[in-house]
Amino acid sequence: MSTTIVDLSGHTSDHEEHPHNPHHQHHFKTMQQQNDTVKIGMWLFLATEVLLFGGLFVGFAMMQARYPDAFFAAHHHLDKNLGFLNTVVLLVSSFTMVMAVHYSSKGAKEKGKVVALLLLTIVCACIFLGVKYFEYEHKIHEGLLPGKFYSHHGDTVPNQFVFFSFYFMMTGLHGFHILVGIGLLLWITIRANRGEFSSAYNTPVDLVGLYWHLVDLIWIYLFPLLYLIQ
Amino acid sequence: MSWFRDIMLPAQGSEYSKQVDDLYMFLVWLSVFFFVLIGGLIIYSVVKWKYKPGVVTPHITDHVGLELTWSVLPLIICIGIFFWGLNGYMQYSVAPGDSLEIQVSGRKWSWAFEYPDGTRSLNEAHIPSHRNVKFVITSEDVLHDFFVPTMRVKHDAIPNRYVSVWFNATVEGEHMVTCAEYCGKDHSKMQAKLIIESDEKYKKWLETGGDEWKNYPPEVWGKMQWEAKGCNSCHTLDGSKNQGPTWKGIWGKTEKFVDGGSAVVDENYITESIYQPQAHIVQGYEPVMPTFQGLVKKNDLNGLIALIKSLK
Amino acid sequence: MADVIASPGLTTTGQPAPRKNYLNAEKGIWSWMTTVDHKRIGVMYLASVMAAFGLGGFFALVVRLYLLTPGHELMKGLMDSESYNRAFTMHGAVMVFLFIIPSVPAALGNFVLPLMLGAKDVAFPRLNLASYYLYVTGAIMAVIVLVQGAVDTGWTFYTPYSTTTSGPVTWMTMAAFVLGFSSIFTGINFIATVHKLRAPGMGWFDMPLFVWGIYATAIIQVLATPVLGITLVLLAIERSFQIGIFDSRIGGDPVLFQHFFWFYSHPAVYIMILPGMAIISEIIPTFSRKVIFGYRSIAFSSLAIALISFIVWGHHMFVSGQSQLATVVFSFITFLVAIPSGIKVFNWVATMWRGNISLETPMLYAISFLLLFTIGGLTGIFLGALATDVHLTDTYFVVAHFHYVMMGGTVIAFIGGLHYWWPKMTGRMYNEKLGAIACALIFIGFNVTFMSQFFLGSLGMPRRYANYLQQFQPLHAFSTFGSWILAAGFLLILGYLWASLRSGPLAPDNPWGGTTLEWKTQSPPITFNFEDQPIVTEGPYDYRPGKASV
Repeated sequence: MSTTIVDLSGHTSDHEEHPHNPHHQHHFKTMQQQNDTVKIGMWLFLATEVLLFGGLFVGFAMMQARYPDAFFAAHHHLDKNLGFLNTVVLLVSSFTMVMAVHYSSKGAKEKGKVVALLLLTIVCACIFLGVKYFEYEHKIHEGLLPGKFYSHHGDTVPNQFVFFSFYFMMTGLHGFHILVGIGLLLWITIRANRGEFSSAYNTPVDLVGLYWHLVDLIWIYLFPLLYLIQ
Repeated sequence: MSWFRDIMLPAQGSEYSKQVDDLYMFLVWLSVFFFVLIGGLIIYSVVKWKYKPGVVTPHITDHVGLELTWSVLPLIICIGIFFWGLNGYMQYSVAPGDSLEIQVSGRKWSWAFEYPDGTRSLNEAHIPSHRNVKFVITSEDVLHDFFVPTMRVKHDAIPNRYVSVWFNATVEGEHMVTCAEYCGKDHSKMQAKLIIESDEKYKKWLETGGDEWKNYPPEVWGKMQWEAKGCNSCHTLDGSKNQGPTWKGIWGKTEKFVDGGSAVVDENYITESIYQPQAHIVQGYEPVMPTFQGLVKKNDLNGLIALIKSLK
Repeated sequence: MADVIASPGLTTTGQPAPRKNYLNAEKGIWSWMTTVDHKRIGVMYLASVMAAFGLGGFFALVVRLYLLTPGHELMKGLMDSESYNRAFTMHGAVMVFLFIIPSVPAALGNFVLPLMLGAKDVAFPRLNLASYYLYVTGAIMAVIVLVQGAVDTGWTFYTPYSTTTSGPVTWMTMAAFVLGFSSIFTGINFIATVHKLRAPGMGWFDMPLFVWGIYATAIIQVLATPVLGITLVLLAIERSFQIGIFDSRIGGDPVLFQHFFWFYSHPAVYIMILPGMAIISEIIPTFSRKVIFGYRSIAFSSLAIALISFIVWGHHMFVSGQSQLATVVFSFITFLVAIPSGIKVFNWVATMWRGNISLETPMLYAISFLLLFTIGGLTGIFLGALATDVHLTDTYFVVAHFHYVMMGGTVIAFIGGLHYWWPKMTGRMYNEKLGAIACALIFIGFNVTFMSQFFLGSLGMPRRYANYLQQFQPLHAFSTFGSWILAAGFLLILGYLWASLRSGPLAPDNPWGGTTLEWKTQSPPITFNFEDQPIVTEGPYDYRPGKASV
């Protein structure tokens, strides 16, 4: 391979030419390159998340095809209204997240809005988990539990435990993602409060936003799948 | 070249197996051809263009014609092989409607066969030659695989499902069924004999369970049944403990049952224990024995009783 | 190349060269454990996967020794069929999850890929270190499984056996789950690196083919491994909670498990072989001193293999009870995946044609690869064709076939690559003569071990058998003898590589006359790889006089 060496010499002169951003990692030539690379990494990570949930969706579909009556009977135990409420809550949180990302690139003068919007997003996430808690408590009380713990009485259609196995696995994995999301949101709220983000650097807010939208999106699929079986 | 086929593949038990072997041998020669071609080119290159300092190699980056050739030609060959394989598979997967149906059930670690007339056998099946025979296969526990090498057929045995393989055996004699899906400790011992025989012999066997018993003293025949019918997996002959009571010294003993009753071990008790094992459970044992009705024929029962009598 | 980089103190044999490099830049165990240097992480991965190879190899030798005779006279009292089942399971699981999947990408790839791209590091150095620690965690979990008495499910974890057998199966699946995420992180890292950290002037078709191969591998790692993850979680939950998806006793479908499992594990076969092919694409032009033939078709065939690999999983299940139509379709697509592999082999041979070929150790391995992989590929046709597959599947024929691809292919390529980049990684040369002897031992030992298994399988010997009929004894004994020759070869390698580390002659920057960027920095490289940012003006593998290389 033919190469010529141009004196871009390593790490020093490069940094002298541009104002040095403290978040700029040495192995990237420019901040732009760094941001683009990080975005690619995040999208790839999101792809793996989709595939992780995808396995559960396929498993659900296969089992629903195997026991359509059981799945139909079982879904009546879910509270559509609470499910719908949670859907609305997450949609609102996605909106506040988008706005937070937007203002985070405006620099210090919009810091207050960013923090407020992020806190609103966290509140929505907590409401979601609270509603989920009441739903779970109701299921546990009724014995509508996964696998061998299923102890609901008076079923006319057998094998409903399979539905609840998937209900708990899918909403549980999703709920775990919400929990992780709350942690991430808290982290960027603190950083935003310190005024770390600017038009040149708001990647963490951007990435957490992408993650949060994915988590919302998965719920958008879960809600009709579990609560609204025809 | 049939000697070559014989060292590569098991004996051929059916017309179908000959067809499979034709494809197999074609692929062997195809592989030899391509291996010799590629290996030859490599060795030729290494010898002919051995390293010499200062030699300048030609700068050949690609050649459309050559690359198309070695893409399209293998593709055509591959598609041809696909259809050849498909042809065999269609025969394998669709059993003729007039087939004799034998139910096969795999479990850890034996094969149970059941014939249309209710005759049952374990690890040994008698099959009429020159007749389409379909095996309807299932499993009672984990996955197994019903593999008959001489017929070139196999299929996984799956719990709660029924699948089938079939063949039309042309070669009489003893063939083997062997489990080809890993199933635990005695996976490798999970074998059954397929006795391919004439239609008359097959019918006679169905009636009597065969007359081989005449060749042996009753207790020897009994011991052979102890192994063949699988008694040995739970009952020992030497007094050591296992899932079921040992047979050593059991004759004439009084057994106490879990329901509080008791009985002396005699012909009647043994007969009941084999055909209705759940009727009385001896204290200290689990009710796990299946019935051997249809499986242990009259001669076999006599042999087993003689065996138990002999174990003082 | 000497005109390109003015390396201070080009080495001569035996002369100490205390040049600053990534190895001596920092001292102490802590500097290694916290490093984010891709080269150090690569070296740590290398040491780890070689240890895993030793462990897996130990189980392989145990399995072969047990099978020497049907009566197991040699190992009476030491081993029975239950411990045999555990031994072959651990052999498979360790070799697949701990050795072969991370071997080329995470060990050699980590070291070489940024160098070849002219980058200072991979895109996400900390993620890279996290990947290594996940690997270590998974390895420790696997060792815990061993201490607890190992599992006997086979590395494929087929249900309902795996949901009913005793032993630490849940631990084993969780170990594989963690290792899967280690692999995903490596994949994400490499894709981002290839997209964004190429040296100025390096277009997609100026990248070395090793990078193409690793890139195609990374795509599979990212897209297939999550499905394995969720499958193993479902299996573990099925085992503990009986949720009724895979276990037939409670209404589940064991065939569904196989679909889930092979949806990952077939692409995983290409996670294993594509990096091997990638190494061969480097070694052959270098030692033939000739431009690679058909650069684009090799690059595109890697991508084609990666994509097609996602839609052939059903060929593991021709007799498993999937629908017959699915079986036919999967068989057809399987033949399509044969074509790009064939194209690569022809391209490599054409590269050697009219070359100027020397037979140093890496080239010996590359030629071994070509011969063995050709056999592995051709015998794959037997298994892709439906009628013959019905007879051959689940027999030793399959065992022999995938060992020809995985070991004759990937492992041979890995060792070839290890020898090829050893001077770059360690700054030392090894004993060339011992290298050739070891390669010969491995080539002979490998064929003795596994060629006999093609015969065994065709004759109807099922796989995973602790006992066998007397008639198979000679072939089994032959195979076991071969495993000893193989072991001798590997021990010899271990010996002379150790000696090389201790007292090998110092390596020049470009001992083989390679043309890719990793040869344009010093051996071993400095911490950030290049003194000056390389600018690329032409594609790789140009051996014409007057060009930068040779």
